[in-house]
Amino acid sequence: MARAATPARKTVNTIAAWVVALIIFFPIFWTVMTSFKPEPVAVAFPPVWFDFPWSFENYQTVIQLRGYGQFFWNSVVIAFGSTILGMIIAIPAAWAMAFVHGPRTKDLLMWMLSTKMMPAAGVLVPIYLIGKALGLMDTRFLLTIVLMLMNLPIIVWMLYTYFREIPGEILEAARMDGASLANEIIYVLTPMAVPGIASTLLLNVIMAWNESFWTLNLTAFQAAPLTKFIAGFSSPQGLFYAKLSAASVMAFLPILILGWFSQKQLVRGLTFGAVK
Amino acid sequence: MATQASRSAARYMISPSVIMLFIWMAVPLGMVLYYSFRRYRLLNPERAGWVGWGNYSNFVFSGDFGGALVNTLILVLGVLIITVVLGILIAILIDQPLWGQGPVRILVISPFFIMPPVSALVWKNMFFNPTNGLFAALFDWLGFQPYDFLGQSPLTSIIMIVAWEWLPFATLILLTSLQSLDRDQLEAAEMDGAAPLARFWYIMLPHMSRAITVVILIQTIFLLGIFGEILVTTSGGPGTASTTLPFLIFKKALLDFDVGAAAAGGVIAVILANIVAIFLMKAIGKNLD
Repeated sequence: MARAATPARKTVNTIAAWVVALIIFFPIFWTVMTSFKPEPVAVAFPPVWFDFPWSFENYQTVIQLRGYGQFFWNSVVIAFGSTILGMIIAIPAAWAMAFVHGPRTKDLLMWMLSTKMMPAAGVLVPIYLIGKALGLMDTRFLLTIVLMLMNLPIIVWMLYTYFREIPGEILEAARMDGASLANEIIYVLTPMAVPGIASTLLLNVIMAWNESFWTLNLTAFQAAPLTKFIAGFSSPQGLFYAKLSAASVMAFLPILILGWFSQKQLVRGLTFGAVK
Repeated sequence: MATQASRSAARYMISPSVIMLFIWMAVPLGMVLYYSFRRYRLLNPERAGWVGWGNYSNFVFSGDFGGALVNTLILVLGVLIITVVLGILIAILIDQPLWGQGPVRILVISPFFIMPPVSALVWKNMFFNPTNGLFAALFDWLGFQPYDFLGQSPLTSIIMIVAWEWLPFATLILLTSLQSLDRDQLEAAEMDGAAPLARFWYIMLPHMSRAITVVILIQTIFLLGIFGEILVTTSGGPGTASTTLPFLIFKKALLDFDVGAAAAGGVIAVILANIVAIFLMKAIGKNLD
């Protein structure tokens, strides 16, 4: 507002907003705290807040006993693999749709989006049967392909909304100067499109990392990513809160940090450009 | 400016995406339709054959279907109401002048990046557990009996978990929309003596209406498919108290090995999702022109 808020009102706003924010964040904070506790302290009732012997022991236990490394590596391969593969296929398509407006561009975009509406559970049976028939169950390959196809419409859409904002005159100028189509893409368009490409990459890696339908249903152990690793904690096993917390922190921390960087792009990406 | 050459180049650049997505959509849909009319059990695959609408009547009249449909609707509606109402309130709060708006945004958006199995297990064990959970401690401190959230009201508990995951999304989108509101308009209304509630009702809410529509539609698409949270907290139980449509299909396919029934359920899920999708497409399509 043009009229400056009074300091008193600003103070009240600040306190209220921080209280709400901290309540929303609290489960994450508590998970991080619990991951540093010895198991008996983690299940203590009433809960212990700060006064306990802090240690990284749970992290060591989880890494050593449960083969955390393999799950982590599977997550990295599947999340980045599916996203990068999707980008390679989507960048030319989004470029063409943004700069060569055909009569059916809009219909095509809407049709792509419609494939995203297909509920995963609806096609669980066919994907499962195809995976089995081809001997691809529990392979990173199958999961990478499935997640790539699942996110492809979003990747095309996000890139399209970014590319559309690049002025077409620049491309025309390059063409006048005799740039070939390939040169046009590599030297003119790509540098201008890097921010859009980067945020598309980021958001889709996050979504693929957290995907929990296909990753849980198409893997057993070999290709199992972190979602499956964490789901393994669903049946109680003695004292396990602290280990569960340590495993959880290791599963979400990298992606949470990436998420913080991507939050500005998140709105536009996830609403297909409808809210900016 | 589009020449004939660039048109045909464009076609080559678009076709890989289109062909792949077409296969990804058509092949599974065709298969799920085919199997929905076939008898096919993974444990007894020799006895296969056409069964007409048998799988559909099996799936629909199995006794679990009605409950699963109702549970799905309660889950989706419950989460939508909580996230939209709280999202609007929190967005308005954060949009006020305050110190540390950046960090507040970061804290509020964080739950959105936590993978569903983590959120669900953290809530299940460290918050909902009736003997040593934080809610039990809170109830104890307030002088109430501890409550077995996931045992007594499993669906409500799952709604709480999922609402926590999606509240950041709703808040962030509504906040973004609110920030594009013309400040002069609000100020003029204030000068003319419009009460805060009137300003909210006649200026802010209409301005946010489009963003609210988008939030509702996009969340519905994702919420119709909620799976991981149910699998790791209640596995659809106790009994079938928290079994939703996707979970019922999963149970038929991978626990009962009844491919035919699961396929029939899949067709039903696709039809339901498409009804929602039509509305979403209309809302987003408007933005393209």
